[in-house]
Amino acid sequence: MEKFSTHTGIGVPLRRSNVDTDQIIPAVWLKRVTRTGFEDGLFSAWRGDPSFVLNTEPFSRGSVLVAGPDFGTGSSREHAVWALTDYGFRVVISSRFADIFRGNSAKAGLLAAQVAQPDVELLWKLLENAPGTEVTVDLAERTVQAADLTVRFDIDDYTRWRLLEGLDDIGLTLRHADAITAFEEGRPARLPVATS
Amino acid sequence: MGRTMAEKVWEAHLVRKGENGEPDLLYVDLHLIHEVTSPQAFDGLRMAGRPVRRPELTLATEDHNVPTLDVLAPIADEVSRLQVETLRRNCEEFGVTLYPMNHAEQGIVHVVGPQLGLTQPGMTVVCGDSHTSTHGAFGAMAFGIGTSEVEHVLATQTLPLKPFKTMAINVTSADGRLRPGVTSKDVVLAIIAQIGTGGGQGYVLEYRGNVIENLSMEARMTICNMSIEAGARAGMIAPDDTTFEYLRGRDHAPADFDAAVAEWRELPSDADAVFDAEVHIDADALTPFVTWGTNPGQGLPLSESVPDPERIVDENERVAAEKALTYMGLAAGTPLRDIHVDTVFVGSCTNGRIEDLRAVAEIVDGRRVADGVRMLVVPGSMRVRFQAEQEGLDKIFTAAGAEWRSAGCSMCLGMNPDQLAPGERSASTSNRNFEGRQGKGGRTHLVSPLVAAATAVRGTLSSPEDLD
Repeated sequence: MEKFSTHTGIGVPLRRSNVDTDQIIPAVWLKRVTRTGFEDGLFSAWRGDPSFVLNTEPFSRGSVLVAGPDFGTGSSREHAVWALTDYGFRVVISSRFADIFRGNSAKAGLLAAQVAQPDVELLWKLLENAPGTEVTVDLAERTVQAADLTVRFDIDDYTRWRLLEGLDDIGLTLRHADAITAFEEGRPARLPVATS
Repeated sequence: MGRTMAEKVWEAHLVRKGENGEPDLLYVDLHLIHEVTSPQAFDGLRMAGRPVRRPELTLATEDHNVPTLDVLAPIADEVSRLQVETLRRNCEEFGVTLYPMNHAEQGIVHVVGPQLGLTQPGMTVVCGDSHTSTHGAFGAMAFGIGTSEVEHVLATQTLPLKPFKTMAINVTSADGRLRPGVTSKDVVLAIIAQIGTGGGQGYVLEYRGNVIENLSMEARMTICNMSIEAGARAGMIAPDDTTFEYLRGRDHAPADFDAAVAEWRELPSDADAVFDAEVHIDADALTPFVTWGTNPGQGLPLSESVPDPERIVDENERVAAEKALTYMGLAAGTPLRDIHVDTVFVGSCTNGRIEDLRAVAEIVDGRRVADGVRMLVVPGSMRVRFQAEQEGLDKIFTAAGAEWRSAGCSMCLGMNPDQLAPGERSASTSNRNFEGRQGKGGRTHLVSPLVAAATAVRGTLSSPEDLD
């Protein structure tokens, strides 16, 4: 996974709460068997509307999405994260993320930055009043900065460390292969196996 | 201090306790996979040269995008066919058991696991599907994961996880029963409306109370299934005699069943266990519940009317309600019972089991689906389909004018040809009413099987008591 330290890009205000993963990428787009190529599915239903924010300049070139609370609810599809990153987003800012989406983001190198809802409102106003404003997100400092506004964001220490170092979870876990083997030796024999 | 059931299962699966803010490493007893969220995970293994660590603890089925008509022909949609063929190749290459289309054990992954007896109390179960919470009905800890985590479990049979908080949801009534016409689907829709789509975030929910204790295993699965719609990672119900009787004699039940039962009896939360949060639901006040909006928390009793967004104080919720009504094509103040539907969908991992089909058949028996309404009945698995046919339910459905299909996720998420057209309105026994969930522009009302059946007959959102 690519290391993440800071990112600067155009902020995109998405004034919606409960942006579920079916909105981020509808199920019909999930049939690909590759890990790339999901950008056309991103918000595909909304992108049919010419006034949708990503259909307007300069927001179509945005890379920092600022959304309402409960972003990423619903399905566990990691394709939602891939659609965002394939489109060019590196950061999503919201006042509350669904658990699975937040976990998936951390695995796929998308920064899910949680800020207080009043700060989301300030960012929305700023980005709407001055379209094209660049937002700088500093993971080490846990700050979001746009024009003269600086707000703090929350992310758990472990996820922050992994993103800063660009570490792959499987590699980290396999350092404990002995512990896994030891655990397996103690598992009750009555537990089922799926082979018929 | 006593421990909750979730804490007991967690501790029993601890491979390694995290240090210095690291997550814990938990062992996974059962990993279920399907065609949609696994191909990139297998690719990852191939690229890193890693095997599947425990293929015998992994089970695959084809469910999300398979057609439910003409199932003996090759899948017409080329992209869907490639995805299914990719799963078959991956299972072959990595030695994973697969129940493919037309196999007697094929079906929706969350119907298949329990009916085989693979889901047992105290286990950890994961799957690349958020409705994995279903399996918590057995006192298992079960949750949905993303594709990177699928790859992680395939490679290590473990997951790094931060401990969850626990929330008790007490569902009680004077006599421990639900009122006539009220089902476990209505219970969970009411819970989600009460705590909100984010109310369960960070929690494992434990459903308890005399109403839960009196529910069948299938009704319990319906409730646990929708835990994710409240934002929770998992939902659990303490195993009891109902659980044990369901499991006894199933294909993968333990050989020494009584010894297993003795261990399972230790799992329920201790009397002095403390939950991080508690919620109470008065089941005597519950009536059939339906959704009016575009998230599962936007629901009301069927007897009420479409809400007026202007009366919602919270700005985000008001804006969300306005957008939902526009999308749903509904006017504030319209009685929910006056809403006409075009399609009724009975099925999904929420309500596609034999008890659901029996409940629907009992209502449509001797009646006709209303003119202009199409009704799809999609069993959750081939076993459910076979059982229904043994009982003659298929004849009841087709005599009423409904379509009887093969097993799969079908119109729940519209990945296969079973979709709503733009503007088309459904009453659906599934779990999500998100915009476009059942097809682009489709409008979904989530309902119980009883409401679905009565709605099919009357053509407007209805409960059985509305029928002559």
